[in-house]
Amino acid sequence: MSAIHPPAQRIWWKQPLDKIELAWILIAFVWCLVMFFMMPYWHVYGKQNLSNETYRTTPEIFAKKTQEVVDKHTVRTETEEKIPVVRPPAGGDVYLIARLWAWWPILELEKGKTYRLHLSAMDYQHGFSLQPENINVQVLPGYEHVMNVTPNRSGEYAIVCNEFCGIGHHKMVSKLYVVDK
Amino acid sequence: MADATNLFRTCPRTGLQWHKPSEGLIKANAVAAVVSLLIGGVLALIVVLTRWQAVHLVGPEDFYMYLTAHGLAMLAYWIIFFEIAVLYFASSTLLKSRLAAPRWAWAAFALMVIGVVVNLVAVFRGDSTVMFTSYVPLPANPMFYLGLILFAVGALIGCFVFLGTLVIARAEKTYEGSIPLVTFGALTAAIIAIFTIASGAIILIPTFLWSVGYIKSIDPLTYRMIWWGFGHSSQQINVAAHVSIWYAIAAIVFGAKPMSERVSRGAFLLYILFLQLASAHHLLSDPGFSSEWKVFNTSYAMYLAVLASMIHGLTVPGAIEVAQREKGFTKGLFEWLRKAPWGNPVFSGMILSLVGFGFLGGISGVMMGTEQLNMLIHNTIYVPGHFHATVVIGTTLAFMAVTYFLVPTLFKRELIMPGLAKWQPYLFGVGMMVFTLAMMGAGTLGVPRRHWDITFAGAALPYEFPGAAWLMLGIVGVSGVIAVVGGAIYILITVGSILWGKPIQVSGYSTERGVLKMPVAAALTGHGHAGFGAPGTFVVALVFLAAFVLYYFVNWKYLSTVWGLS
Ligand code: HEM
Ligand SMILES: [Cu+2]
Ligand SMILES: [Cu+2]
Repeated sequence: MSAIHPPAQRIWWKQPLDKIELAWILIAFVWCLVMFFMMPYWHVYGKQNLSNETYRTTPEIFAKKTQEVVDKHTVRTETEEKIPVVRPPAGGDVYLIARLWAWWPILELEKGKTYRLHLSAMDYQHGFSLQPENINVQVLPGYEHVMNVTPNRSGEYAIVCNEFCGIGHHKMVSKLYVVDK
Repeated sequence: MADATNLFRTCPRTGLQWHKPSEGLIKANAVAAVVSLLIGGVLALIVVLTRWQAVHLVGPEDFYMYLTAHGLAMLAYWIIFFEIAVLYFASSTLLKSRLAAPRWAWAAFALMVIGVVVNLVAVFRGDSTVMFTSYVPLPANPMFYLGLILFAVGALIGCFVFLGTLVIARAEKTYEGSIPLVTFGALTAAIIAIFTIASGAIILIPTFLWSVGYIKSIDPLTYRMIWWGFGHSSQQINVAAHVSIWYAIAAIVFGAKPMSERVSRGAFLLYILFLQLASAHHLLSDPGFSSEWKVFNTSYAMYLAVLASMIHGLTVPGAIEVAQREKGFTKGLFEWLRKAPWGNPVFSGMILSLVGFGFLGGISGVMMGTEQLNMLIHNTIYVPGHFHATVVIGTTLAFMAVTYFLVPTLFKRELIMPGLAKWQPYLFGVGMMVFTLAMMGAGTLGVPRRHWDITFAGAALPYEFPGAAWLMLGIVGVSGVIAVVGGAIYILITVGSILWGKPIQVSGYSTERGVLKMPVAAALTGHGHAGFGAPGTFVVALVFLAAFVLYYFVNWKYLSTVWGLS
């Protein structure tokens, strides 16, 4: 036995290493480097990088900005609660509020156009989860996160909340439409 | 001087020397751990039967409350009580030393127990359903945080008792040369634990003050950063602890010695050096940090710790292979493995832990820890899939395996139902492997974590998950129940053995004690020279790497097909 006994040499850091160990350390290290370089590489050549543009905000300010866009660009309403469906001009700013337990408003975007999507939470933390695309972003109260998004497929999407936000968490789901022109 | 502080006994089977006060403390902490596992396991059954959408056992309020309690009972209480026992074992028992300050150690234990009770009472009152992460501003009862703080203070004292014991052992020359590798690994765990608990204090104390109204607000982003400084590093404690146990089991079952002390110890040092901001990989899909910060911290901090785990993943089975080959199992690449004692739960538990941790937990963890790829699974059920592979298959199963070795020598009882014990690691380990894979599958299909109802019943605009997601959750349900049965058998065997196992005759306590030294024969045959001693292990490692590379790039491919984001 040895792992539970003192090492054969007290000065253990001078012990030679096995060839297998050396080979594996080198291979594993190179692999770690590859994985490291993939991230900057994707920032330069990849098309899916999460924006980190973030501002401090308050629920009041963010709600007000959202309301302005809703007032200007609502094209119809849905459900009995008359949730506005907002279709902002292509390439414009869109706002999405996360609150207990709904996303507001519903967004309608045009395929292939890039939008500035502003996200913030009114109360607790929430999770923006676009389905079935499976893009997932944390949404925090007090922070306005601006992402540039470019839908590449038209159709009906869902936005699910995937950060636990209290007893109604599993009812927090909404729609998002992407249309061809 | 016959007071207990000087009393030792030597186990006739294992040669381990137990210090009387330390023996009592190890027992107490181990029992508290198993009780926590029992609580967590009952909750696991309820939770998993609820996530199995077709069964959907309990209502939302209960589900979220039980899930909060399950996370805490398992991740905090079962694991940390067991780790404290491991620390005392690796210092006092392995070094043949008396334990430093047993009174403090008992105080630590009392604080931890009180902390658990206070915290769980808060949870089961129903006003602290905040999950174990308790992200602000989701409010919990102040008792929730207070309980956690008391528990952490107790654990911190336990770490200092461990360090004190190392000092005593050194001063009293209870061992020759340097401390053994397993103790070195435990030392790594203890050092990380001290840093970890400090970050825990930095965030939990203000949160407690906020919950009683003394502080007005806590910034959610700062909370997440510091909380994960605590939450992630504590996972590194678990890794250091279960890797130490892998080495210990390789030594106990096979008489294996580390291929090279330098490599194995160096890898433990990497854990200490490169984890400061490993919290970053929990924040990759958060607003408010720069990409440079994310990339730098997720890679330098994590990949070098990953490197260390990849090293241990090779050197532990490598050491076993070398030992087996020395015994004459030299045919082909894998005779050493085929002829391993697969019916011995100490070995089978350990090897399943190692393989599951590496292949399932390791690969998925590194994928998730990549800045851009994180977006694909953040907060989906993929995440619990990943960490059940690390902390359940890796840590929990390793702890279970070593228990089968410890019960006879520590509690002086034969194991009951050895036939059942043979099967337990397979039931639990393989059940969990299927469970984690199915969870990861469901997460890849977008199923959220911590979510009561993927039909969104009652929502104005529900979404329908694909049938495959339902299937995955069904598999999660079935395999989860199998794993719970495996866990129940573990508890049955350990508790049953302690209560009804056949007593083992051992000599009484005396003040006589030995000195720990390298057995002469072992010292002479010590290899450590630059051979190529473990070709079979190397081949398995290359298979592992191939799976890793493939899976990693499949995810990049998937990422390249989603919406443009910039
Ligand atoms: C015996 C088998 C086990 C089963 C069947 C099981 C099942 C589950 C399930 C279904 C979830 C919920 C996932 C979700 O909805 O987000 C969960 C969460 C969790 N489990 Fe387990 N579990 C088991 C053992 C363990 C063990 C041994 C540990 C720790 C050592 C553990 C730690 C956790 C943690 C930390 C969470 C996350 C709670 C949260 O999201 O706040 N589990 N488990
Ligand atoms: Cu929410
Ligand atoms: Cu939610």
